[in-house]
Amino acid sequence: MSSKEAILGRIRSALRDVPNVAAADDVAVNWQYGQRPATATDDLLGLFVERVEDYKAIVSWVVPNEVPVRIANALTDHGATSAVLPAGAPAEWHEAVAAAGIAVVTDDPVLSHAELDATGGVVTASRVGIAETGTIVLDHAADQGRRALSLVPDLHVCVIRSDQVVSDVPEAVARLQASIDTRQPLTWISGPSATSDIELNRVEGVHGPRTLHVLLVNE
Amino acid sequence: MSVPTGTVALFATCINDMLFPDTPKAVLRLLERLGCTVDFPLQQTCCGQMFTNTGYFTEAMPSVRNFVDTFGAYEWVVGPSGSCIGSVRDQHPMLAKRLGDPGLQREVDAIVAKTLDLSEFLVDVLGVTDVGAYFPHTVTYHSTCHSLRVTKVGDRPYQLLKAVAGLTLIDLPNADQCCGFGGTFSVKNPDTSVAMGTDKMRAVLDTGAEYLVAGDNSCLLHIGGLLSRNKSGVTPIHLAEILARTEDDYLVQADGATTKSGGAR
Amino acid sequence: MSPERTETVQDTTVVHERRTPAPPPVTLIGMPKFPKNAKKELANSQLRTNLRHATTTIRNKRVKVVQELPHWEDLRLAGEAIKNRTLRHLDTYLLQLEASLTANGAIVHWANDAAEANQIVIDITRSKGADEVVKVKSMATQEIDLNEALEEAGIAAWETDLAELIVQLGHDRPSHILVPAIHRNRSEVREIFLEEMGRYGTPPPEGLTDDPAMLAGAARVHLRNKFLRAKVAVSGANFAIADSGTLVVVESEGNGRMCLTLPDTLISIVGIEKTLPTFADLEVFMQLLPRSSTAERMNPYTSMWSGVREGDGPQEVHVVLVDNGRTKVLADQVGRQALRCIRCSACLNICPVYERVGGHAYGSVYPGPIGAILTPQLRGTASEIDQSLPYASSLCGACFEVCPVRINIPEVLVHLRNRVVEEHHGPSAWGMGMKVGGWVMGKGNRFGMLEKGAELFGAVWPGDKVGPIPGPASAWLGARDLKKPPTETFRDWWVKREKAKRSGDSGQKDA
Repeated sequence: MSSKEAILGRIRSALRDVPNVAAADDVAVNWQYGQRPATATDDLLGLFVERVEDYKAIVSWVVPNEVPVRIANALTDHGATSAVLPAGAPAEWHEAVAAAGIAVVTDDPVLSHAELDATGGVVTASRVGIAETGTIVLDHAADQGRRALSLVPDLHVCVIRSDQVVSDVPEAVARLQASIDTRQPLTWISGPSATSDIELNRVEGVHGPRTLHVLLVNE
Repeated sequence: MSVPTGTVALFATCINDMLFPDTPKAVLRLLERLGCTVDFPLQQTCCGQMFTNTGYFTEAMPSVRNFVDTFGAYEWVVGPSGSCIGSVRDQHPMLAKRLGDPGLQREVDAIVAKTLDLSEFLVDVLGVTDVGAYFPHTVTYHSTCHSLRVTKVGDRPYQLLKAVAGLTLIDLPNADQCCGFGGTFSVKNPDTSVAMGTDKMRAVLDTGAEYLVAGDNSCLLHIGGLLSRNKSGVTPIHLAEILARTEDDYLVQADGATTKSGGAR
Repeated sequence: MSPERTETVQDTTVVHERRTPAPPPVTLIGMPKFPKNAKKELANSQLRTNLRHATTTIRNKRVKVVQELPHWEDLRLAGEAIKNRTLRHLDTYLLQLEASLTANGAIVHWANDAAEANQIVIDITRSKGADEVVKVKSMATQEIDLNEALEEAGIAAWETDLAELIVQLGHDRPSHILVPAIHRNRSEVREIFLEEMGRYGTPPPEGLTDDPAMLAGAARVHLRNKFLRAKVAVSGANFAIADSGTLVVVESEGNGRMCLTLPDTLISIVGIEKTLPTFADLEVFMQLLPRSSTAERMNPYTSMWSGVREGDGPQEVHVVLVDNGRTKVLADQVGRQALRCIRCSACLNICPVYERVGGHAYGSVYPGPIGAILTPQLRGTASEIDQSLPYASSLCGACFEVCPVRINIPEVLVHLRNRVVEEHHGPSAWGMGMKVGGWVMGKGNRFGMLEKGAELFGAVWPGDKVGPIPGPASAWLGARDLKKPPTETFRDWWVKREKAKRSGDSGQKDA
């Protein structure tokens, strides 16, 4: 007997007391708690900014036509001399970053881990923002790049549009279903890399980007 | 206030009956003062949690059967112990389901609905928080885990204590942390029990209270034992004994002695 | 401490130098029972201070973030319901998970026990020509003792979570589910890093202080090379989504992202109870878990991946579904609720026993209240330590209150105590005492007789208190005074009162 058959057999004999009903019909889940209006707070974006900043990330409000130059400024402010931009990033981002004297690195051909490690920063778009938890979710579409890009460099400049910010986790999960349906990976980011492993005190800055700068595009 | 018409059965609990008789005396005095008719059925013994919580379910069954036999006919069953009342309400149905017949299960289910801790009976059934008590002392209240999390008496003891004339109530730091008694835990894991009890004692001493009050004499036996061994000068006292006392207990008689009555020490 | 020489016996005796720091030599299963371990740990002042500080910090933080969600109790109920539904149809969901993962390009393995799971990892790693793996913190791999199995196979397993790194470099064992090095304070961490880091890779920077930020920085530098060069990574998973074939890893430091993203091959060891039916179910658990574990609104990083993604991350993805005793737990109708556990560790942080004794006394990778109910179910109750674990609790119930999936830990503890009694009912003083006691409490007149004895004792015992005496009573009397029993029980007093009432005597009327 294969291990699979053995395990399934033991599960079935362990569950002999369970009535034979379809899984989906068994044990009702009360989802009522999630039925809050999408605008549970009057100041959705204000809450988002406050909660992201709670993690010691930097948040800047940006108007749409200033996004490219503000990206370049953010990279410069944090001392990055090179930055990787995903293939799907708008051309204006490339131009503005290059114009600021920052070396633009692209992932074509695919960058080695070492090359990525030597790059000062990364600029990505994002998929969803969650106000209640101060979270940004990437689904690694073309304007965000593969997962390693937003991980290895020490500075992450992340652009999020105001219409991408939702109030809470259930709303975010509903929006992200589309990305899951196409089997895109998701990375949920809440502030810069951190640890609570020493005396359960939170300190920022371990393996992921130690600086997270969020540009919130107010449309 | 609404006094029940039927007789209230006093479930003293075995530990109170044998080691802390002043507590059931105080309950009796208090309930009669409030107009209740109280009986103490002599067949009563124990809730059986000493057996249940040590894993001896079969040995707990005589207590379960005896409990329904003893108290089944009464309108209310009231006991001065969040822990023992909690055991009746939480564990008797489980034991009856596992080891009893359907008849016993029905009897247990019926009795669970009318078995109350003293603080619940006072606040919910009689509808009183000011029971006319007088206790001119500084006290701190230990909530006891089973009162808090099994019987779920909530803030009823606080409501009752706050209405006591002359009483000063000081909040106990880390009030919701276990004192480390835990029934046979204190014997099976004596070192951990004492470590927990020592921290509880320290919290009690930090309040500067004269009395440590609780709704369970079992926890008081443990914390009180530590307080006494360390000559702390803090006196453990059951909630019922405070609620039973009135100003009359403190009136100095002509010969200089204070009056003595059942509820006072 | 230097890398020790070990002998691996195969066809011929191969002597090789250990690649990774050796854990302490004690085997968990041979440990003495809990009270004995507890006594030792209670005397460790440093441990007591470290644990009190850490658990108090996290408890206070948890209360704050939980109070932020007005529907917290509804969330707990939903979490419980989803997990129950999954467990009641686990075979269905596991088959769905396997099909989804396979469709997503992952390779699914099934392992009956630790040995099978370890061998699968060894075989895959060898097939890649790798002699080391980087690891994301995972309770499942701790449970199956993967690191030592790999070490014996000549493969170095590098822990990359900061706390796991501290434990590994410290030749130590984890003592907490979430923060395995909770028993260490910052100055101890500094000493471990100074002593050991250089032996196993990049040494700590000059002038390393005990500043946690600087210690975290040292770990970043130490591990960076290992991440960049690793060919194979091993992870666990917090959740495995059946309908989409998605695995989820919840973490803080980014070491998880490194392991899950950079190597070519990823092997995830997943306990079969980690399954969730749908992606939508995550909306519940992504609220419950971070607030219950690190007491944050959200943990810094969560990775979700569905098999192989072309051009992004590992191009060979393995998932090992592990039983290792879980089906035994599932068969116990009371005990199976332990399988709802999402390993948040809120029960450890709130537990007054854990706070004072620490994790090592439990003799299991799962310490604290959840360990006390999970370990004896996974391993059985044959050993002394496993028999004593269900008793390692005062039944205060604080763990049940904080559990995000509403595992009634006290209920299961009492149930397992009964199981220990039923399975080991040889003659014992406890058994005899309980038998006699049970009989006595069956009738009021029997208890009344016992009380007469207590009254008599009270009457003849000199003094007010029963002081310290040798023998079994010393467990109580060693530290606590005990008042002698009163000479009149309530029962006798009541009988007298009733008699007096009947005879019209008003002497006791004021009572």
